[in-house]
Amino acid sequence: MRFRWLIPTVYIFFLMLPIYWLLNMSFKTTNEILGGFTLWPNNFTLENYITIFTDPTWYNGYINSIIYVVMNTVISVSVALPAAYAFSRYRFLGDKHLFFWLLTNRMAPPAVFALPFFQLYSAVGLFDTHIAVALAHCLFNIPLAVWILEGFMSGVPKELDETAYVDGYSFWRFFFKIFIPTITAGIGVACFFCFMFSWVELLLAKTLTSVAAKPIAATMTRTASTSGYELGLLAAAGALTILPGAVVIWFVRNYIAKGFALGRV
Amino acid sequence: MANIRLVDLRHSYAAAPRDDGDYALKRMTIDWADGGAYALLGPSGCGKTTLLNIISGLVTPSEGKVLFDERDVTALSPEQRNIAQVFQFPVIYDTMTVYDNLAFPLRNRGVAEGAIDTRVREIAAMLDLDAMLPKRASGLPADGKQKISLGRGLVRSDVNVIMFDEPLTVIDPHLKWVLRSKLKELHQQVGATMIYVTHDQTEALTFADQVVVMHDGAVVQIGTPIDLFERPQHTFVGHFIGSPGMNLLPCTIENGMAHFDGIAIETRARPKVPAGASKFEIGVRPEFVRFADEGIPVRIAKVSDAGRFHIVESRHGDTAINLLVAEGTALPADTAHIRLDPAHTQVYADGWAVT
Amino acid sequence: MSRKTHNQRAWFFVLPVVALVAFNAIVPLMTVVNFSVQETFGDNMFFWEGVTWFQQTLASERFHASLLRQLLFTGIILAIEIPLGVAIALAMPRRGPWVSVCLVLMALPLLIPWNVVGAIWNIFALPEIGFLGNLLNGMGFNYNYTQQPLAAWFTVVLMDVWHWTSLVVLLAYAGLIAIPDAYYQAAKIDGARFWAVFRYIELPKMKRVLTIAVLLRFMDSFMIYTEPFVLTGGGPGNATTFLSIDLVKIALGQFDLGPAAAMSLIYFLIILLLSWIFYTLMMRNEEQ
Repeated sequence: MRFRWLIPTVYIFFLMLPIYWLLNMSFKTTNEILGGFTLWPNNFTLENYITIFTDPTWYNGYINSIIYVVMNTVISVSVALPAAYAFSRYRFLGDKHLFFWLLTNRMAPPAVFALPFFQLYSAVGLFDTHIAVALAHCLFNIPLAVWILEGFMSGVPKELDETAYVDGYSFWRFFFKIFIPTITAGIGVACFFCFMFSWVELLLAKTLTSVAAKPIAATMTRTASTSGYELGLLAAAGALTILPGAVVIWFVRNYIAKGFALGRV
Repeated sequence: MANIRLVDLRHSYAAAPRDDGDYALKRMTIDWADGGAYALLGPSGCGKTTLLNIISGLVTPSEGKVLFDERDVTALSPEQRNIAQVFQFPVIYDTMTVYDNLAFPLRNRGVAEGAIDTRVREIAAMLDLDAMLPKRASGLPADGKQKISLGRGLVRSDVNVIMFDEPLTVIDPHLKWVLRSKLKELHQQVGATMIYVTHDQTEALTFADQVVVMHDGAVVQIGTPIDLFERPQHTFVGHFIGSPGMNLLPCTIENGMAHFDGIAIETRARPKVPAGASKFEIGVRPEFVRFADEGIPVRIAKVSDAGRFHIVESRHGDTAINLLVAEGTALPADTAHIRLDPAHTQVYADGWAVT
Repeated sequence: MSRKTHNQRAWFFVLPVVALVAFNAIVPLMTVVNFSVQETFGDNMFFWEGVTWFQQTLASERFHASLLRQLLFTGIILAIEIPLGVAIALAMPRRGPWVSVCLVLMALPLLIPWNVVGAIWNIFALPEIGFLGNLLNGMGFNYNYTQQPLAAWFTVVLMDVWHWTSLVVLLAYAGLIAIPDAYYQAAKIDGARFWAVFRYIELPKMKRVLTIAVLLRFMDSFMIYTEPFVLTGGGPGNATTFLSIDLVKIALGQFDLGPAAAMSLIYFLIILLLSWIFYTLMMRNEEQ
């Protein structure tokens, strides 16, 4: 198959095209965009980006998003670690059912939870806070983190634990000094996925916030509907949301395929 | 069946090899006789798998030619060379039955179903797999799966050479013996050229008529197991084969004879000293060292029990000399003299035998 | 590895996880169940309705229409994304410098916030000033996704393929590179051609990853909300109103708590049921 390389190339071209278009738009003025069809900016302008970097309503959106995503990743992975250890090493009453129940939460449609979450978090006074979104995303991120970590932990032989006890380590010392370093790849994969699913989710993030913790996604959708299509600005905002993702992928590029393969697959 | 010749073969995995160290396989020319049972023996990393893959066509050599029955096959792919290879772990098609696994190579070559059926059953009988034919291949234990791998190679009647790359690695120890005997039996039945790669000397010495010993990418000696044992051509062969390995005593050559610490040692023949050689050693296997009333004075350092005999480690100065004594023989207490059997004592210059 | 020890102490380890997930899952679900069997006219006045809302939802034409649209959508994208993803994974280089580049570029759409995905395609497919819109109209098609149902479906499907196929590619690729070389070498020696290698070696060894890919794509496409909402708003009319979009309209838009709650439960149950069916079907052969 001599032209095999053509297939991934065409596919990647297909993927990059709309992104290029987005970048294209972000460097044009709204007038130029609405004025006609051009493949690249005739009047290259940075004013859209400047607006975003200088207007608090815009840049706060990014900051808010990053805050709750990081919060969620930290919480999810931290609580998932001991739980995954328990599933991997111990047999206890109801363990299989518990594991299965956790996985079903991944199948929960956010739409089903939108209204209930709104009421729940308002009731506990957490409406419009970062922690609310971070906690809400735990619903599907924690099961995912437990699932991934358990897979990695099962690959570590029990002999390691036993040797440590024989050497006199207390459980927690063993867990932090010996065990966790052996599964750093797994932690990396889990963090990656938690970050990913929290960063991209809109419905719950929008429902649980209004002003103080408003994520960038909400700012964008509001702009689209109220100020009547400031396309250039929207495009620039969108382009900037791709950046964190691109950076994260670059850092984990070596683990992507390996992590899938090693983890639960 | 074919006679295989490797002419001026050299291989490097580096793109632009500069010196000898970059070559995984040093220059070699070897003849493998049609129908022979060969073992390719050497430690890990010595290049035996590379050599095997060059013969099978999975690797193309950087230099040199591979000839099957005088035909140059260097550029041909594995399936064009008509070879069979059994790998370290069983390679089977999980979704197929044992029957379909064995039939697969024949079906790919468009052989008629009738002929396939006869042949598959014949091979299955040879390998004691007939009862398993309708079963799913994935359900068999490791030794069964290796037999299937082997069967897929045997099922093609025109196969030129069958190669084994450490095939017993995943087999349980008590089954290894069974499979080894089976392979030997098969060789006699089928008569194909077989090349068996291993780092285990027992496997090599029991399977092969001729053993090719490799060390560091070079072929060090080719010979029958007896040759290798009695006349090792290289210190590596002496050391690698036999348990314990050959004793090596540093020596000097004076008046055409080897001298160890001033003592003249009688050797198999007069040593032919090559020009420029710097390191000389006397090599003698522990089996051919005896206690005597006079000879080399030694101190008894350690005695180990090895079942039907004892391994005595004696020392002359800094040099350790092992000897084997039969169980029940009286051992000297502290000091003694030992004598080396001249017929089995050789001199090595820079590792190579010169007697 | 089944060398697990019995230890009820382990419950302490899972307690934080259980607490957080239960808080987010059980409490809201209880609320939903609560609403699904009651009627409210505001001011915290509730009247028992029993199974009325469930009956109403199951009989409602609007629900049937949404469900049908959802099933059609999920069916179409599974039929496209799975084979396409596998094909691309097969065509990718297994070694070498290009692997990282390919994987990074392919993973990019996966990390774009879903509303931005919708926005990107919104801009991309605009009939006059968008690249795709301009292209299609220029080629003679009469294309306007804001007004034509067929165009809207085409765009939504294309957007989802663009968005998620890479997930299938990455999973399939991970499965492929895990296959030891010896299998390919043996196949070469056995004279097997490309199709035989795919059918007898690659496909069986990719079974587990493909199951995960199908399950994930099924579940996520069945729950899809943001992307089509941002792109078409569910329109034109309700041509692209899938289950989630409809549910949110009823729940947050109309605040019809009872019907919304009933629909939520039915929705969740459908996903669980279909996922379980998929999973069992795909795992059945493996257990032989």
